[in-house]
Amino acid sequence: MQAAVTGTLVLVGAGLMLIAAIGVVRMPDLFTRMQATTKAATLGAGLVILGTAVNFATFSVTTRAVAAIAFVLLTAPIAAHLLGRAAYFLGVPLWEGSVRDELRDRYDWETHILDSEVRPEGALPPDHPRA
Amino acid sequence: MIGLLWILLLALAWTAVNGEFTGGQLAAGLVLGTLITLFVRAPGSDYLRKAVVLFGFIGFFLWELVLANLRMARDVLSPRQRFAPGVIAVPLDLETEGAITAFSTLLTLTPGTLSLDISRDLKVLYIHDMYAADAGASRMAVKSGFERRIRRLLE
Repeated sequence: MQAAVTGTLVLVGAGLMLIAAIGVVRMPDLFTRMQATTKAATLGAGLVILGTAVNFATFSVTTRAVAAIAFVLLTAPIAAHLLGRAAYFLGVPLWEGSVRDELRDRYDWETHILDSEVRPEGALPPDHPRA
Repeated sequence: MIGLLWILLLALAWTAVNGEFTGGQLAAGLVLGTLITLFVRAPGSDYLRKAVVLFGFIGFFLWELVLANLRMARDVLSPRQRFAPGVIAVPLDLETEGAITAFSTLLTLTPGTLSLDISRDLKVLYIHDMYAADAGASRMAVKSGFERRIRRLLE
């Protein structure tokens, strides 16, 4: 019984990560690729770790497993946010099939300041060093 | 300071109940104690309602995480690419920094969405959405589902 649960958890987790890996190859641009990896990295790794905890079924392993899952949950989205933001600044283009980009024209490309509204052409943000 | 004392007491109680005084047990007790004191000292709350909201939220989040993975698997494996990705601006109703951090972090793990950046005045969150054909509908879905729950939980 325990072996069956462990096996299922590890297999499903590994399967998700395999799908994410295929996604990295098949998805058309950086942002859609990160969509694939972030979600599967979290749930897939979480399930594998959970499987480990079920397999050993001891207090010390379980607490470590819970901590590891918590860290994966916290760090994966932050990594995705930083990578996505950096890619946007570097000018990595969105896939040509993308339907909208409401972030365009809202960054100040010199200072990386992001406004909540589109600024008029050529205007500087209020606390820009040259304003 | 008194809070710290409480955490220590709760940690000691935890090791006592478990019957073994080891570093691991003490650490677990400290974590639990911290969680409990955080939980209990939330202003103006009755604990039962708070607990119901918290467990409801955890259930909702896990379900969204599973759903996100199923959709992602469908998008990756289906021969034709049916998604219509795009970057969408979501105006925020959340006010505290903690709530916004929790929202933008967890939002990345829900179906189709990936937090990219937040405007300097913390009023707009920019997300990459796999299904951005109808920006208004996407905004509504994020706001009425996830943001409302975060708000109930943390603000």
